[in-house]
Amino acid sequence: MADIYEALVKIVGKDYISNQKEERYFYARDGGLMPPHEPDYVVMPKTTEEVQQIVNMANKEKVPLVPKGAGLALTGLVIPQKSGILLDMKRMDKILEVNEKARYVVVEGGTTHGALKSYLQKHHPDLRHSIPDSPPIATVVANAVIHGQGRLSQQHGFNSDMVSGLEVVLPTGEICRIGSCSVSSYWFSKGPPLPDLSGLFLGWFGTTGIITKLGLKLYPCKKMRDVMLFLTDRAELVPDIMLRLSHTEMMEDITISAQPMPLRFKGTFWIMAYITGDSEEELEFKRKMTWDALWGCFERRDGGFISLSPDMKAPLMSMPSKDVTKFADVAKGGGFQYAGPITPIEKFPAFIKKLDEVAAKYNVFYASTTRLIDAGHCMMFSFSFSFNRANPDEMARAKKALDEASRFALEEGGVLWKADLDEQKLLMERMDPNTLNLMKKIKQLLDPNGIMNPGNWEVK
Amino acid sequence: MPELKFDKTKCTGCKAVSCLVKCQYMNLDRNKAKKEWQKVINGEDSFVLEACTTCYACEEYCPFGNHPFYLIVERQEEKGILPAPRPIITMWINQCQPVGRFMVGKVEERALSYCFMPQFNTLVKGKLFDGIAWSVIFGQEFFCNAVYLHYARASVIKDRLFKVMDNIKKQGIKELVCLHDECYGTFTSLAPAYGVEVPFKPIHYFQYLNDKLKELKSEIKPLNAKAAYQRNCSARLCPQTDHYVDDIFGLIGVERLKREYDKENGLCCAEVFRMAKGPALADDVQKRNIDDMIKVGAEYCVFNCPACWDSLAEKVVKAGIKPIHMIDLCKLAIGEEQTLKLPELALEV
Repeated sequence: MADIYEALVKIVGKDYISNQKEERYFYARDGGLMPPHEPDYVVMPKTTEEVQQIVNMANKEKVPLVPKGAGLALTGLVIPQKSGILLDMKRMDKILEVNEKARYVVVEGGTTHGALKSYLQKHHPDLRHSIPDSPPIATVVANAVIHGQGRLSQQHGFNSDMVSGLEVVLPTGEICRIGSCSVSSYWFSKGPPLPDLSGLFLGWFGTTGIITKLGLKLYPCKKMRDVMLFLTDRAELVPDIMLRLSHTEMMEDITISAQPMPLRFKGTFWIMAYITGDSEEELEFKRKMTWDALWGCFERRDGGFISLSPDMKAPLMSMPSKDVTKFADVAKGGGFQYAGPITPIEKFPAFIKKLDEVAAKYNVFYASTTRLIDAGHCMMFSFSFSFNRANPDEMARAKKALDEASRFALEEGGVLWKADLDEQKLLMERMDPNTLNLMKKIKQLLDPNGIMNPGNWEVK
Repeated sequence: MPELKFDKTKCTGCKAVSCLVKCQYMNLDRNKAKKEWQKVINGEDSFVLEACTTCYACEEYCPFGNHPFYLIVERQEEKGILPAPRPIITMWINQCQPVGRFMVGKVEERALSYCFMPQFNTLVKGKLFDGIAWSVIFGQEFFCNAVYLHYARASVIKDRLFKVMDNIKKQGIKELVCLHDECYGTFTSLAPAYGVEVPFKPIHYFQYLNDKLKELKSEIKPLNAKAAYQRNCSARLCPQTDHYVDDIFGLIGVERLKREYDKENGLCCAEVFRMAKGPALADDVQKRNIDDMIKVGAEYCVFNCPACWDSLAEKVVKAGIKPIHMIDLCKLAIGEEQTLKLPELALEV
């Protein structure tokens, strides 16, 4: 083991490696419910070449490797289940290129959403990217790897759909470019017109390679934004409301909140419709179209827009939303996890009913946020529970509630998002055997020694 | 449940039917108004119950103080009419439900009521509130609940009113300075209309400011400003306080501009209309109101109600007029700063 430590020192320098108790403790856990497990070493590489050297060494020594962004997935995806080396990617934080005409950016593997947002606002104010509702330290790469969503997902799909190229260090040490950047200096496409190999890495939770660079599509940044808040008390109407809003083709984002507390939320679903414009006239036109889209529901008195005071509007407009972070500490003690199945939007009423049911059954506080993805092809529905990390009983109840919600989501035809180890097993049990076998072959081909984030997506 | 003290004989002898004839949103001549009002009194169906925008103004128009608006609200509720979409009503009812969470300062016999409006936390600063700033009640437990007049839920008001009074009384309050007309209107109009005794003395904050400014007279530097005054819906419940606007303006050197939409013909902020009737009516009312302010050359738009501020302040700014709350206007006159300002909205993308 001393040899590995020394080898890592030679690669990254002594300031960027640790095998000390404090670091191992910290990197053994995330904010969710999965049990901790310590790495043997934590390293912070600075360059692709350093990552390559670490991978070569680990592959030779058959030492597990876990790449980590900010660790905010909450489902234990970067908890090193079999110890080994944890690669904290934060030092690889350069924004390498913005192509304004082709509307993409190329970032290093540890670049955060917050840094990218600030950079674009300062240097390219006409462009923006999809910002997830996680804290700004969430990394662009990790969010794409877990198929995250954010602002603009209603229009453009999962954040992984917005990837426009990858540079990956394969588990066997080769540096590989994926997409247009494999044959050109431009990073405008992750696949088309070539075979789309990005699927070998996106959604695999770092089990097939380490993404060291990522191209990300950028979108027009309008000068103004606004949010309109529509309330209904009938869950069965929500899918139609979502579709009608989406039908306008004017929504930047559509999200739905449901929670029993504070009391103003009780018994109603809060549907947030975000619009953008380059002028007050454009915004006003979109506000009118949004009203028109839901006029029937309004006339029947089943739903209505609520006027927002500036103080109410400000938190809804913030990107990322700060409310998620607040919810994480509702129970005090800072624990929060959610199951976020990706599912057809018609399932909203059934999922809401189940959320109420499991929260009552396990006596846990809940909230739910739903986000429409890709013009209504699906939605992310979160079964979110907060808990006090100093209360093992409450944590156990939250875990049971999550497990039951996840099983229910699968039975209803949903697919679990950023699945934890237990959920991955549930998914693989249901998966078409041939698909499962294909996954196994891909994994064996890319990672013959099984060093990459072992425990995750392990096909027996 | 207390019952509305409505005297139908007063209406029988009424020739003017001002409650409906003067309505700014229904175009009725006296004959038609008389017929429709009789239907309302009789508990029959009348289009008035559906068309009512809940602007509260008929409470002021009635020369007999016979509470026509409260009767409309009662009838709307009896007939299950929803002046606003059901979920919005649900949200309001839930939001203000007493939960046993008493938000109080160091309460003394004389206290300030912040109603359920956090803006007063920002506004109540400086010399105007010396000696009372800490004596504050706020939140659901003391909330007057008059807002449910907009939502045909007189039953909620009646259900909660006794408890609210009792909560205030238990704080040992003898004089309550109401910073929101809705509270003052509840204690001086709504409660008496339902025969509910008010166990403390309500004081309108205009009166409080007027008295305070007289105390601070030597420190006043006239503002020499021209202002449009923005009347709010609940001012209709206490029109007897309107003269204080003139009194205060006189003390601080502000001209209350004569305009079409002030006093009895005032237009409210109209945001309730947006939620209840849709954007067309609300936009029209707001545009007419602000155009009127521009027409008379208003430098300031002076707000009485923080909810009006929320609805109109940004729009007023876009019209080149400075929005200011009455409390802040008084502060300016004694050399203090305006504290309620528009927040920097997170408009970044």
